[in-house]
Amino acid sequence: MTVNKGRIFAALAAMAIFSGALATVMSEKGEAHAAPATKQDAAPAAAPAAVNTFNRLLKGAGERNLPPTEDGIHDPANPGTALLQTPRDAFSTLSKSTGAMGNGVNWVEALKNNQINPRYDRLNPAEEAVVFDLDIVREVKGSMPNVVYPHDRHTMWLDCSNCHPDIFIPQKGANQISMAQIVMGEKCGVCHGKVAFPVGECRRCHSQNKDASGAPAAKAKK
Amino acid sequence: MAPWDPKRSPAESARSARGATSCPSSGLLARFRRVRRWMLFALPPLAFLAPMDAPAEYADVVINNNSEREGVRPVIYPHWFHRIRFRCKVCHSELGFEMKAGGNNITMLGLMDGKHCGMCHNGDVAWSLENCNRCHSGLPGLKTGIRGGHQSTGPGEY
Repeated sequence: MTVNKGRIFAALAAMAIFSGALATVMSEKGEAHAAPATKQDAAPAAAPAAVNTFNRLLKGAGERNLPPTEDGIHDPANPGTALLQTPRDAFSTLSKSTGAMGNGVNWVEALKNNQINPRYDRLNPAEEAVVFDLDIVREVKGSMPNVVYPHDRHTMWLDCSNCHPDIFIPQKGANQISMAQIVMGEKCGVCHGKVAFPVGECRRCHSQNKDASGAPAAKAKK
Repeated sequence: MAPWDPKRSPAESARSARGATSCPSSGLLARFRRVRRWMLFALPPLAFLAPMDAPAEYADVVINNNSEREGVRPVIYPHWFHRIRFRCKVCHSELGFEMKAGGNNITMLGLMDGKHCGMCHNGDVAWSLENCNRCHSGLPGLKTGIRGGHQSTGPGEY
């Protein structure tokens, strides 16, 4: 009995200490972020440092695209870290994405506008991408607009074999897709949410408006 | 120095852990209980805060299947850097990289034979393998996985 009491007490104390530590770390984090944001450049006038510290995905202006020496996974003590290109340098000339997540870059726009010229072949810089132009409309059960899946924007980057047939069976009606699966990293979530634009940018997929009866209201935005 | 400090070497922590649990003088059980209570207090903040705190760039991949075991820093692979220069298809189809963090058995020996990264990092297409610390640049103790995105710990295959 006493052992049990001791255990319960220890667990409660641990929880109390944990929440205390969390609070201190949060406040320290807020202060730490406020400083570089104001020091960095004059552009973000009101530094939104401590606004959304509860959500690790919503980052303030000064917290995104940090240089490798400050990004929390590179070792600043490693001599090679300082040699790496910083994301901000690379992204400064690229089209911005609408959402506040991901890299903050609209990679498809950047490719279409020739801001980047990534190779389609490992060795031959002149090789052109084989683009397959076919839109797949997926009717959505809820009130969200229908999903329009554009093959062209995907084949600019990828090969058919990257998705078919392992992730998506290339047959109409053969794939059941839900947002729950996507958030868990399956189906579209194999890339979207990890390397392609994240699921927070709803309307980039759910782009075909429908009327009250569920029929498409207008032609899909292309 | 705190036991969870990344600067502390694994050997050092192993030594202190051994010293704490296998001291025969004052009763093994009591000793263990004290250590266990200490762990109860010290480990939760460490375990939950460490992965949340890193503001890594979206889609950075930590590759630590073998690195630290072999005595070098974990590898950080920046997707953003490579996608400016190559389309996804080049690595994920031509070079045969599985679209799953940690799903490729990458070894330095393989790279020297021209597999995986070694297809380009050979001094021909990109800089060669002697630049160890440009890739092996991660903080000690990082786990293999993709960073900077929304995905938590779902059962996803990829």
